Amino acid sequence: MTAESKPADAAASATPLAQPASVVRLEVRDLEIRVGKSGPDVVGDISFAVPAGQVLGLVGESGSGKTTVALALLGHTRRGLRISSGEVRLDGVDLLTLSRGDLRATRGARVAYVPQDPAAALNPTLRVGTQLREALRVHPGAVDDPAGRVLEVMREARLDAAPEMLRRYPHQLSGGQQQRVGLAMAFCCRPSLIVLDEPTTGLDVTTQRHVLDTVRSLCRSYGVAAVYVSHDLAVVGGLVAEVAVMYAGRIVEIGPTAKVFGDPVHPYTRGLLAAVPSPGRAETLAGIEGQPPRPGRRGRGCSFAPRCSFAIDECRSQAPEPVLIDSREVRCIRAADVRSAADARPAAVSGPGDDGRSPALSLRAISARYGRTPVLSGVDLDVPPDSCVALVGESGSGKTTVARCIVGLHGNWTGEITFQGARLSPRLRDRPRDAVRRIQYIFQNPYTSLNPRKTVGQIVAQPLEELLGLPFRERSERAARALEDVSLGRDFLSRYPDQLSGGERQRVAIARALVVEPDLLICDEVTSALDVSVQAVIVEELRRLQRERHLAMLFITHNLALVRSIAQQAVVLRDGAVVESGPVEQVLEHPTDAYTARLMADVPRL
Amino acid sequence: MTVAAPGKPPAAQARDTRTARHPWLTVLATAVRLCLASLVVLLAIIGPLVSPGTPTALVTFAFAKPSGHFPLGSDFLGRDVLARVLNGGWVLLIMAAAATAFGIIVGTAAGVSAAYRRGRADGLIMRTVDVILAFPQLVFALLLVSVIGPKLWLIVLAVGLSHAPQVARVIRSATLDITERDFVKVVELQRMRPSKVMAREILPNLISPLMVEAGLRLTYSIVIMSGLSFLGFGQQPPAANWGLMINENRIGLELNPWAVIVPAALIALLTIGTNTFTDAVARVTLGVDRLPEEAVLTDDLGLGRTT
Repeated sequence: MTAESKPADAAASATPLAQPASVVRLEVRDLEIRVGKSGPDVVGDISFAVPAGQVLGLVGESGSGKTTVALALLGHTRRGLRISSGEVRLDGVDLLTLSRGDLRATRGARVAYVPQDPAAALNPTLRVGTQLREALRVHPGAVDDPAGRVLEVMREARLDAAPEMLRRYPHQLSGGQQQRVGLAMAFCCRPSLIVLDEPTTGLDVTTQRHVLDTVRSLCRSYGVAAVYVSHDLAVVGGLVAEVAVMYAGRIVEIGPTAKVFGDPVHPYTRGLLAAVPSPGRAETLAGIEGQPPRPGRRGRGCSFAPRCSFAIDECRSQAPEPVLIDSREVRCIRAADVRSAADARPAAVSGPGDDGRSPALSLRAISARYGRTPVLSGVDLDVPPDSCVALVGESGSGKTTVARCIVGLHGNWTGEITFQGARLSPRLRDRPRDAVRRIQYIFQNPYTSLNPRKTVGQIVAQPLEELLGLPFRERSERAARALEDVSLGRDFLSRYPDQLSGGERQRVAIARALVVEPDLLICDEVTSALDVSVQAVIVEELRRLQRERHLAMLFITHNLALVRSIAQQAVVLRDGAVVESGPVEQVLEHPTDAYTARLMADVPRL
Repeated sequence: MTVAAPGKPPAAQARDTRTARHPWLTVLATAVRLCLASLVVLLAIIGPLVSPGTPTALVTFAFAKPSGHFPLGSDFLGRDVLARVLNGGWVLLIMAAAATAFGIIVGTAAGVSAAYRRGRADGLIMRTVDVILAFPQLVFALLLVSVIGPKLWLIVLAVGLSHAPQVARVIRSATLDITERDFVKVVELQRMRPSKVMAREILPNLISPLMVEAGLRLTYSIVIMSGLSFLGFGQQPPAANWGLMINENRIGLELNPWAVIVPAALIALLTIGTNTFTDAVARVTLGVDRLPEEAVLTDDLGLGRTT
């Protein structure tokens, strides 16, 4: 589409966001939330409307302000923040002007909240039934028959409405059941607005899909306006009709989901979508370099300008106003140019095939136990040299235990682990120092794997001292080079982990693993604590390093979509046993095992 | 509870932001506390240098009222109270500081090794700690001193040792938390020696709880040291000592109250000053009063910061 035809086209295709048939339930206008009395704004210029029976998706990465907005819909802010201006109208009444008592009566009865972690949100000392009835007791008159209502709402949330269920304590429920109880509590007073804050984040894909189905049917049958907050674009894409993308406290693009995700206009939305891995395609991932500015350091212009390839001088000097393009509002002055720019297709990934060389690492009949509990039973696994094997499984399948057995953190196993032709003993201290050096392990969470009291230089140089016994000068020189290898400059040497972003921390962890020049790299869910745009950058970095250094790599993940982008072979683990293994395309596209097939079917797709 | 969402209405939030004190006010309050404590410390340290006379010289009659010559009057033997006050603090302070340092070092070593080594070492150390904790702190010190005799080094050791179990408990639980973090596993994978792991990886992360403990223990040390002196187990007469002075001169409280009031007030000021100051330092290092900006930014993904 050319720039000239834009205004006419936009006008023609612009449909009112709220269908005339449905009444607008929730309307947010110019909401602004600041730190303290005169601090910088955390979010601002937030305006949207949600009609009855519709779900609005609020997506963004960490720090974008999506949870802050979600809580403001309940008239709440976290400690230290303040709603400085704006309106949150629910059926015409501004919640922000209500008195304390009125607001309390509104919450739960007319506005309900489903938090992220159901295990933390449910009171562990009260039975499920007690907690459900409590919601109805707090709001007398919300429903006619409380006891019947509890059973009814449980059935609607697809929970077993038997009396035994009501007598259970939260810890006796699975994660999915806990979240269903959370949903039942939210819906039991028949609210007008429901705010869901990443309700499926901690759940496995299959459970997630079932919970999402429940959310969808509940919202539809109750005719509530719902706001669904998530960082997972694929989840939101399958659930909501309208989506708002947040960046640095502003809504940068809002409109129908099909438009925003199918044909994104804002450069940030485009970047975000390019970063999302897909289980169906083997493509490189394109991350977004840099990180969002923090409140108070956002400058005058567009907050995304420093990371945007379309940015011009004007972007840096003035904050963009929203413009209407093709039925969505975009906060970008170059929206038309961006849209006409060709979309660079990501390059396809092709890895080295299996050339029949003997594997670098091979596991035979590994059985491991924690105390008396068996965790692994007879796991066989081969990692060829110079290639990447993905170890896939849901939580509790024993993926991490496999890794811990290989590196020597867990010694209670039987079977045989052979690395470069030599058997590895279960205990770390019985292994030769050189074998320890050749296998390096990267931990899941870079927020706990770096000692906060040490500088990056000390952290990266540490293994050189312990494993190679190098003198100080050579250690610091090698550490500096290792940092450069993971695209961090020498100036990071003297920084502390607290001063780094999540992505930078994980790069430091990668540098620490690579500094001793290992032959096998084990990556244990290394991107699960990171945002999707950062995940893409880290995965690409790992792929590049694996190629350049001819590393054997074991990439452990629960994220099936990610497997295609990095690995050549996949091994699926379930309840401590391998159910399927083989080349990635074969395992993911033509699974022979029913479990793998189900996992693939349940993965949310864009 | 899920449905009745957490939080407060706007009115309550406004109150919240108001009660969160301005940072400068906190700094000012801390400065006042620091001044209070350091004035007394200064008095104790430079006291001997500016003292108008020797603290043990008999200069006038017993319990003389304050006069131009002796601003605080005289004590039960007719010695100058001002000279004794100025000379009577520094030994007390040094002993309290030494006992605190000793207690912190022993307690930290015990607590860190118990938590990191676990197993039998943990059981042995912590049961010893339980046994020592069964005695009240002052009684424990008194027991040792009364058996061996009132030697200053022994008092320091006894008081320090009586602190160690409590320090060990606090440090052990803090260490347990740190040991679970991945960065400890990382260096274990590098086969770092356990002693080095404890000293280089764990200890630097214990600074915050150690600051809190050090402040608390210093305050207790001062009180116990003064108490022991008051009971006659500290410095022996004729040495000048604030605790001892209170005991010696309480019989003449009606004749010259200053001989009791001034040393008592100095001990009180010192205790309150060190306690509130170290408390403020601890609040800063633990981040109790920190603005929630960082929390807001990291909360969206539910990532905890490792502070």
